[in-house]
Amino acid sequence: MKFSENWLREFVNPDIDTNTLTHQLTMAGLEVDGFESAYSDISGVVVAEVKSVKKHPDADKLKVCEVDYGENDLLTIVCGADNVKQGIYTFLAKVGAKLPGIPTLEVATLKGIESHGMLCSPIELGLGDDSDGIVELSDDEPIGSPFNEIFKTDDKIIEISLTPNRGDCLSIKGIAQEVAVINQLTVTKNEITPVKVTSDNTRAVKLSADEACPRYVGRVIENVNVNVPSPLWLTEKLRCSGIRSINVIVDITNFVMLEMGQPMHAFDNDILRGEINVRIAKPGEKIKLLDESEHEIKPDTLLITDDSNALAMAGLMGGYGSAVNFDTKNVFLESAFFKPEVIIGEARQYGLHTDSSHRFERGVDPELQAIAIERASGLILELCGGHAGPVIDIKSEKNLPKNPEVILRKSQIKRVLGIELDEDFVTETFQKLNMNCKYDVNQWIIEPSSSRFDINIEVDLIEELTRIYGYDAIPVASPNHNLKIKPENKKQQIIDQIREILVNRDFQEIITYSFVEPGLNKPLINKDNKMVLANPIAAELSEMRTSLWPGLLATLEYNTKRQVDRVRLFETGMVFNGNEDLEQDYHVGGIIYGNILEKQWNMVNNLSDLYNLKADIEAILSALVGENAYEFRPCDVDLLHPGQALEIAIEGHVSGWFGQLHPRIQSLLDLGSNVYLFDIKTENLVRDSMISYQSISRFPSIKRDISILVDESIAYAEVKSCIGKDATELLNNLELFDVYQGEGIEKGKKSLALGLTFQATSSTLKDEEVETIMGNIIDGLHNKFGAKLRE
Amino acid sequence: MKDSAKIKTQALTEIESATDLNELDQIRINYLGKKGQLTELLKQLGKLPAKERPAAGQIINEIKLTVQQAIEDRKSNLEENQFEQLLEEGYIDTTLPGRGVKRAGLHPITLTLQRIESLFQQIGFDVVEGPEVEDDYHNFEALNIPEYHPARAMHDTFYFPDGRLLRTHTSSVQIRIMQNDKPPFRFIAPGRVYRCDSDMTHTPMFHQVEGLLVDELVTFAELKGLLIDFLEVFFERELEVRFRPSYFPFTEPSAEVDIMGERGWLEVLGCGMVHPNVLQNVDINPEKYTGLAFGMGVERLAMLYYGVDDLRLFFENDLRFLEQFH
Repeated sequence: MKFSENWLREFVNPDIDTNTLTHQLTMAGLEVDGFESAYSDISGVVVAEVKSVKKHPDADKLKVCEVDYGENDLLTIVCGADNVKQGIYTFLAKVGAKLPGIPTLEVATLKGIESHGMLCSPIELGLGDDSDGIVELSDDEPIGSPFNEIFKTDDKIIEISLTPNRGDCLSIKGIAQEVAVINQLTVTKNEITPVKVTSDNTRAVKLSADEACPRYVGRVIENVNVNVPSPLWLTEKLRCSGIRSINVIVDITNFVMLEMGQPMHAFDNDILRGEINVRIAKPGEKIKLLDESEHEIKPDTLLITDDSNALAMAGLMGGYGSAVNFDTKNVFLESAFFKPEVIIGEARQYGLHTDSSHRFERGVDPELQAIAIERASGLILELCGGHAGPVIDIKSEKNLPKNPEVILRKSQIKRVLGIELDEDFVTETFQKLNMNCKYDVNQWIIEPSSSRFDINIEVDLIEELTRIYGYDAIPVASPNHNLKIKPENKKQQIIDQIREILVNRDFQEIITYSFVEPGLNKPLINKDNKMVLANPIAAELSEMRTSLWPGLLATLEYNTKRQVDRVRLFETGMVFNGNEDLEQDYHVGGIIYGNILEKQWNMVNNLSDLYNLKADIEAILSALVGENAYEFRPCDVDLLHPGQALEIAIEGHVSGWFGQLHPRIQSLLDLGSNVYLFDIKTENLVRDSMISYQSISRFPSIKRDISILVDESIAYAEVKSCIGKDATELLNNLELFDVYQGEGIEKGKKSLALGLTFQATSSTLKDEEVETIMGNIIDGLHNKFGAKLRE
Repeated sequence: MKDSAKIKTQALTEIESATDLNELDQIRINYLGKKGQLTELLKQLGKLPAKERPAAGQIINEIKLTVQQAIEDRKSNLEENQFEQLLEEGYIDTTLPGRGVKRAGLHPITLTLQRIESLFQQIGFDVVEGPEVEDDYHNFEALNIPEYHPARAMHDTFYFPDGRLLRTHTSSVQIRIMQNDKPPFRFIAPGRVYRCDSDMTHTPMFHQVEGLLVDELVTFAELKGLLIDFLEVFFERELEVRFRPSYFPFTEPSAEVDIMGERGWLEVLGCGMVHPNVLQNVDINPEKYTGLAFGMGVERLAMLYYGVDDLRLFFENDLRFLEQFH
């Protein structure tokens, strides 16, 4: 909410400057976003009267005026405004005047006639954005008075952003109340006396939906003059609050809303037919609103209607057809209480958020309606004349919000805040906050004021006290509670350990959005549906990721487009598989692209391949679950090359996937070399038993190297398992140190060079024992694969 | 024994001119080895008359010792030369860069989260987590935010067609933890949260750490003490910190915490005393227990700590940005 500081000071005027005032508001929970000068820097502008107006001989649209500006002479001014006429009071910018955003004013010659100044429109004076005509002042402004005297140009516009619980501060009076309490002052009362009823014109009101609208106050005012301009004091206050002047009646209702917090509406009474009925919409109704938007009304919408039409969407906006306009003679004023939940629902349904709905949503004081209508009536009669009819006040007591008493126990203050507060301070604070307060044996019985929708239980009262006492005044203490050593957080340790391994293996961590482009979002886990957002921020961020690959691929693409030719990335985070049977689990995923190592001097450096990634994955798995707890199996995954796709099984459970990105997708991403990806579910990365020590043999080992020739189609894993069968438990280590095809090797064959280390735990091995085992191994390989020993 | 003197001179000359350890060893073998010249001389002593033997033996032994000494001396000399030469050859350009596997780095948000977690773990807070796809009850209802509550407008929520949603804060985790256990509670819940909002200062996903301490006799004064401590340790300096009244439906009293920056107050976190309705929703008696709760935006803390001026950098994952945090 934005407002004029001077307006606030009409109600409470502490002897403090704007900085201190805004600081106080912020520290009381009404956060000040900022403040700015209400007026631009203006000089050389005075009140003037237009004495005569003639048509410019050479220009249709221009007029030549003689203007009295309080000196002995009259000035000749050429003016293009439509509303300039003899006798009008307005602002004259004299030669030499300084106006915002334009150079110092000089004598100008317009179509041959010299103009010694300029008659000003509001926009030229920084008084809003109206540029249609010159400012019209009332004729009691003294001619020649400078602009800076007419306005208190030292005024500031303060903007506060209110939390949703403080609907009571969406008005000058509400804010004044807070300022008064903080500064130990009282709000200046402007007693609102009911206007004299001089007409018996009235209108029947029925509350068909009295739960949604438990109070409706109305009044007819006859014979008003809507064509009088709104006075400057009124339009200026509205301007400071960011509200445009519409016509004097609408301006008055807006003024009352800002001053007191009661949104009001004025209908053209002559358009209304019969009874006002506040009711829920019927099927098929339509309405055109003030902003000229047309709506098919949805069921459940609360409407203000008459016998024939929907007149307004209750609490949101009035209808176009029944609004007050410059031809209006008689007005019907509405000042109602609508239930906050109803207005929240409606505003949300129609996407309409107005100054009115904003207040009703947060709660308008249910005791305010009749007072507000008197305030508005008084201003209308004063500015537009007319005759007020009787006040119509229809209430459904049982549906109006109640303010039941709340008890505050003295002990609870200490319990929640950690300090005791002085009893007198407590009592006085509630009294200043307009709450009835009785002290009774270590407790206060408090009746919250009707404007406060946020005081329902004891802690709400404690918060009030704390606000006024000052959050900063509460002392600081250290939490001191029973300490207990708890089991380690294994889940967190797993993630941290993986991160450490990957970072040390030159993988950079990234964080990408959990919602991704549907195209690359191919589930790895066999589930039917994905989670698709109903209201995504963009189509390319509409599906919850089913693996970490879409984000990794997008980041790879982002960086390769920026001339990066080697990328190693990883991410940890939740992925989402399934829909009704949704699984949201932590995964770790990575991607490699380009050379194995960063380019370095004198170093052989190849492009990464599947085996480089496999080593990274083995590093993770052996650290977390141990070397023998996992295996890799060929698999079929949408995004991977079918010949280079493996799944990771941990103790038999599929827990991850890795392989080469499918060439078709690689080509879409415009990448120069192959890409390798992995994705591992972290929840299975737990050792199922603790590491337990195996004794180390103290006897020497014997090493044998062999080279065998096998068909190239024979998988190494088969060779390994065949060796394992014949090797006995004396085989301590098997090492593959070369795989060779090419010159010297028959086509279709490959040579595998293997190192076998044998060792016994309780004796020194003899060469003959090893020879026997080696013989068995070689025979085994020969029988199974036709393997030949190479010389 | 004319020979012996000649052999001595010859041996010493050869030793002196030996240029490497191998050559020297050959010389040693030639004179002192099993069949060496001096060894042979000693063997021939037996052929001399008994009277002459001791004197001749002594001479040969002296020569042998002299030669041995000369070889030792020459040997250490040559070894010394060899080291000198190794050192000479060992001068390389030590300014050339190191070779091998480089270390990459963690994302600055992870680094920030890890710091926050370790600070709270110091004082016995658990680190807990919860689902990111949430239901209305845990994200709103149980936190004292019924459907028609104005505070819902502060959460631009991502929804799924069936009414589930992406959690708008990690406060939802406190409900899940408290539902399944008994007080006292002392935990933080870090994680991703989502709001349907994207502009200069908002990303549709960001990170929060929610913290909760529920026990008998937890006070607002302790909330202040805890958070001031945290902020000063996190930012590694003494800070001007202020608590100002604010509003969260799940705490009462509620506060925003600001720290003084170079250009005025900066909002860094929100906090308050757990609302009795929230405790009741998870079957905790608010007459017996009170709680303090706080929530912080991790990106905001990371931006302030590292001086990052654009929130969106965190999710663009430009390597030139990320590599600055190695």
